[in-house]
Amino acid sequence: MTIDTQGPVTTTHGQERAEDASVVGRMANYLDERTSLSGAVKFLGRKIFPDHWSFMLGEVALYSFVVILLSGTFLTFFFQASMSEVQYDGSYIPMKGVEMSAALQSTLNISFDVRGGLLIRQVHYWAALLFVASIGLHMLRVFFTGAFRKPRELNWVVGFLLFVMAMAEGFTGYSLPDDLLSGNGLRIIDGMVKGLPVVGTWISYLLFGGEFPGTDIVGRLYTLHILLLPAIVVALIGIHMVLLIINKHTQFAGPGRTNDNVVGVPIMPVFAAKAGGFFFIVFGVLMLVAATVTINPIWNYGPYDPSPVSAGTQPDWYIGFADGALRLVPPGWEFLIGPYTVSMNIIVPVLALLVLLGAVAAYPFFEAWVTGDRREHHIADRPRNAPTRTAIGAAGLTFYAALWAAASSDIVATHFRLSIESVIHLCQALLIAGPFVAFFVTKRVCLALQKKDREIALHGFESGRIVRLPGGEYIEVHQPLSEYERWRLVSYEDYQPIMLRPDRRGRITAGMRARARVSNWFFEDRISPVSRPELEASQHH
Amino acid sequence: MADTIRDASGTDSAGEDTGTERETGVHSTSTSTEVETRSEAPGTAVVRPDAIPNPGFPPERLRVTDLDPREEKKAERAVSLWFGLGIFGAIAAVAVYVAFPLGNGDPDVNRWTTFGIGMGIALGLLGIGFGAVHWSKSLMEGHDLVEQRHTTRGSEETRARAVEVFSLGNKESGFSRRKMIRNSMIAALVAFPLPGIVLFRGLAPREDPNELLKFTMWKKGTRLTRDPSGTPIKASEVTIGSAFHVIPEGLNETEDRLEEKAKAAVLLMRLRPQDLTISSGRESWSYDGIVAYSKICTHVGCPVALYEQQTHHLLCPCHQSQFDITREATVIFGPAKRPLPQLPIMVDDQGYLVARSDFREPVGPSFWERENS
Ligand code: HEM
Ligand code: FES
Repeated sequence: MTIDTQGPVTTTHGQERAEDASVVGRMANYLDERTSLSGAVKFLGRKIFPDHWSFMLGEVALYSFVVILLSGTFLTFFFQASMSEVQYDGSYIPMKGVEMSAALQSTLNISFDVRGGLLIRQVHYWAALLFVASIGLHMLRVFFTGAFRKPRELNWVVGFLLFVMAMAEGFTGYSLPDDLLSGNGLRIIDGMVKGLPVVGTWISYLLFGGEFPGTDIVGRLYTLHILLLPAIVVALIGIHMVLLIINKHTQFAGPGRTNDNVVGVPIMPVFAAKAGGFFFIVFGVLMLVAATVTINPIWNYGPYDPSPVSAGTQPDWYIGFADGALRLVPPGWEFLIGPYTVSMNIIVPVLALLVLLGAVAAYPFFEAWVTGDRREHHIADRPRNAPTRTAIGAAGLTFYAALWAAASSDIVATHFRLSIESVIHLCQALLIAGPFVAFFVTKRVCLALQKKDREIALHGFESGRIVRLPGGEYIEVHQPLSEYERWRLVSYEDYQPIMLRPDRRGRITAGMRARARVSNWFFEDRISPVSRPELEASQHH
Repeated sequence: MADTIRDASGTDSAGEDTGTERETGVHSTSTSTEVETRSEAPGTAVVRPDAIPNPGFPPERLRVTDLDPREEKKAERAVSLWFGLGIFGAIAAVAVYVAFPLGNGDPDVNRWTTFGIGMGIALGLLGIGFGAVHWSKSLMEGHDLVEQRHTTRGSEETRARAVEVFSLGNKESGFSRRKMIRNSMIAALVAFPLPGIVLFRGLAPREDPNELLKFTMWKKGTRLTRDPSGTPIKASEVTIGSAFHVIPEGLNETEDRLEEKAKAAVLLMRLRPQDLTISSGRESWSYDGIVAYSKICTHVGCPVALYEQQTHHLLCPCHQSQFDITREATVIFGPAKRPLPQLPIMVDDQGYLVARSDFREPVGPSFWERENS
C-alpha cells in the first residue's frame, strides 16, 4: 500500500539519526537495521517488575531449569542409553567384571573416569530436585495469593502443565542409569500399567518393547528425557513468559498501588541486575551442594536385577505421593468381572491422583464460577483475606501430605518403633479426615486474623504500655497506624453469597441452585474491610 | 511506554490520582450481584462507595549510599571485590582440574576433585551473583517507578477487525456455506493420524503378551538353584527355618536373563510340616515342609524377599504387603490381593530339589486378561 513510498524516506532518516560513532552504537545500529530490535527494547526495556520475596520462587524454577539444560547437555556427551550387556571395566574396583548394561557402565564412567563428571551428575540431580520443588512452591504462592484470577487463568494451566512435565522429566531421568533403584521404579510402573483395565497389558508390552524389563526402555525414556519433554518444557516456559509480559506481574496491596498500575523497578537496569545476579546465586548454591553432598550413589546399588531386596529405598520426593497412594489401599481390592481381572488396588489410586491433579488445574475456573467476578485482578490477596480459598488449599495440601507420608511408612515405622500396620492406618485416617480438619482450622485462623487486622486498623497496635486512668481503671495504650500502614490492612476484596433470584425468564435452574449453595458455603463467614465511616467513628472518641 | 511510567517517589500526585481512580472508576459502577455478561461484572463482590481511599505513595526513603559518599565508595569496592572473588573461583576450579588427574577409581580422590572443582565453580558463580545483586541494591537508581496497566482485551476497534477477518475468510472460502467440502475435510483430518497410531504397534514384538505372561522358565524337572551363583540345592541342605533365594537352573546362560528372572525368581523355605496348612490338590507340591513361592509380588511386582522366620511372614518392601507362608502365602496385610503363586516341587533321584511343573497360574502383578486362558 503506502510502504513503497515511505520506505526509502525512513531509511535515510534512520541512517542520519544513528550517528553514534561508538562501537556499541554502530553494532546496535547494524542489528536494528536488520531486525527492528529497537522496538523490542523500547517495549520491554523499562517494563516494571514489582518486588516481593515470594515472586522469586518462579525465578528459582527458571534458573534451575537453565542449570539442568547446561549440565544435562554435558552428560549427553558421555551417557550411553543402551541396555546391551557389558562387563564393567572402568576404574571403580568393587564393580570390576560385574555384568551390567552399557547405560550403567557409562554412568559409572561419568562418575569415576570423567574429571568433574560426578560433579556435573550431582549438579544435574540437585537442580532437578530444586526445579520440581520450586515449581511446587511457586504454584502454592500463586494459589494462596489468588494470582490465578482473571486474566491469568490460562497461565495457571500452563504452569500446571510445567509441573506435570517436571515430574515426568524427573522420573524418566531417574530411570536412565539402569541401576537397582531405577529398575525397581520401572518395575512398579510396569505393574501399575498392567493393572489398568482393558489396555494395561498391551500398553506395558508396547512401552517396554516386550516383556519387562526388555532392552528398549532406557533408550526410549532417553529420547523422551532429552528431546521430547525438554522441547515441551521450553515451549511451555516460552508461553508462560509471554503471558507474564502481556498480563504483567501481580503486586501486593500497598499505598499508591492500585489494580490499574504496576509499581516496581524497571527491567533495565535494576531488575536485570537483580535477576541476573540471582541466577548466578542459584547456580552457585547448586554447585556448592553438588560439590559437598553425594546424591544417587549408583555405585553402591549396582545393576538392576529383579530379585534382590531393596528395603527402605525411597523414590525421589516428588514421586512420593504416587507411591504413597498405592500403599494406602486396604487389602482385597481386586475382583473378577467374568474372566477379567479388575485391579481396584491400582485403578483407585491412579484415579485419586488424576482427580487431585485435575482439581488443581481446574480450580481457577471453579472460583470464577462461584464469584461470577469478570473483572481483572492484579492485586495479590493476602491468604487470610480469602479464607475459604486458603482453607481449600490447606485441605489439598493435607491430602497430598498424607499420601507423601505414606510413601515413607516403613521408615517412619522403624524409626518410631511402630508397627507398619499402625502407620498405614494412621496415614489412611489422615488422608480421609485430615483435609476436613485442615479446612476447618485454616478457615477459623484466617477469620481470626482478619478480625485482628480490623482491630488494628481501627484502634492501632497494642503498645504493651499500661496506664492507670484517674478513675483507677487500667488501659493499654494503643499506638495509632499511619495511613500507609492502615491501607495494607483495609484494601481487600470482599464477596457476599449469591441471592437466589429467578433469571430473566423467571426460572431457577439446577445450575443456579448449585451455584448459590457453593457460593453460600464459600462466603457465608466473612469479615468486611473497615469502611471510612467506621474509621471516622473510631477516631472520634 | 515512557509516558506511562511515572516516578513513584516524592510529592508527585500520581499515586493520589490512580488511587482514587480505582475506587470510583469502571469497577464500582455496578452494585448488582447477578451474573452479568459484561467483562467487568464484579459478580458477587461487594463494591463499597464508603471504602477508605488509597493514601497514595509514601515519601521515599533514601539509602545510606544515597546520603553518604563514603558509603557509596565502600559499596563500590564491595561489588568489585565480589567480582574479583568470582574470577579467583573460576581460576581455582581450573587449577584443581589440572592438579588432580583421575582414573585410579579411588573414591577418595574422586570426592576431593569433585569438591575442589565444585567449590571453585561455586565461588566463581556466587561472586558474580552477589556482586550484581549488591550493585543493584546499593548503587543503582533505587526508587520505584509506576507503569499503568491496560485491560488485556484488545480495543473495540481491533476486535471488530478480527471478527471481520474471520468473516471475510469464511465468505471468501465459503467454509460454512459449502458444507460438503467442510465435512469431508474434517473427516480427512480425523483419518490422517490413524496410520501414525497404528505404527506404534511396532514398539513391541509380534507375539501376544498374554501368552508370554502365562509361562515361566520352570518345567518339570528343572533344578532349583541358588541366586545368583546357579548351584543346585539338595533338600537336605534346607534346614528348618532357613530360606533360599532361588532361580531355575540355566537361567544365567539364557539370552533374556532379566526377563526370565523377573518371572521365575522363587523363594524357598522350610517350615515344620505341621505348621503348614495345605489345601487339597496341593499335597504333592511341597517336600517335607519345604515350600517354594514366587518372589514376585502380586501387587505391582517388587521382589518379596523379607522373610520373618518367627512368624513365617513374607514382607514386600515396596508397599508392605504381607503374605503368610503357613497359609499358602495368603495376603494378611497391604494392597496386594492374591497369594503368591506356589511352585510345585519334588526331589530328583540325586536328592536335588526340582520343579514338578511350571507355576499353575501367571506370576507377578495382576493384569486384565490374567484369568482368561
Ligand atoms: C526438567 C528437566 C529435567 C529433570 C527434572 C531431569 C532429571 C534427571 C535425573 C533425576 C537424572 C538421574 C541422574 C543420575 O542419577 O545421574 C537425569 C539423568 C540424565 N539427564 Fe536429566 N533431567 C532434566 C532434563 C534433562 C535435559 C534437558 C537433558 C539433556 C539435554 C538431560 C540429560 C540427562 C542425561 C544424559 C542423564 C543420564 C546421565 C546420568 O544418569 O548420569 N536431562 N536427569
Ligand atoms: S509390589 Fe509388593 S506391595 Fe506393592
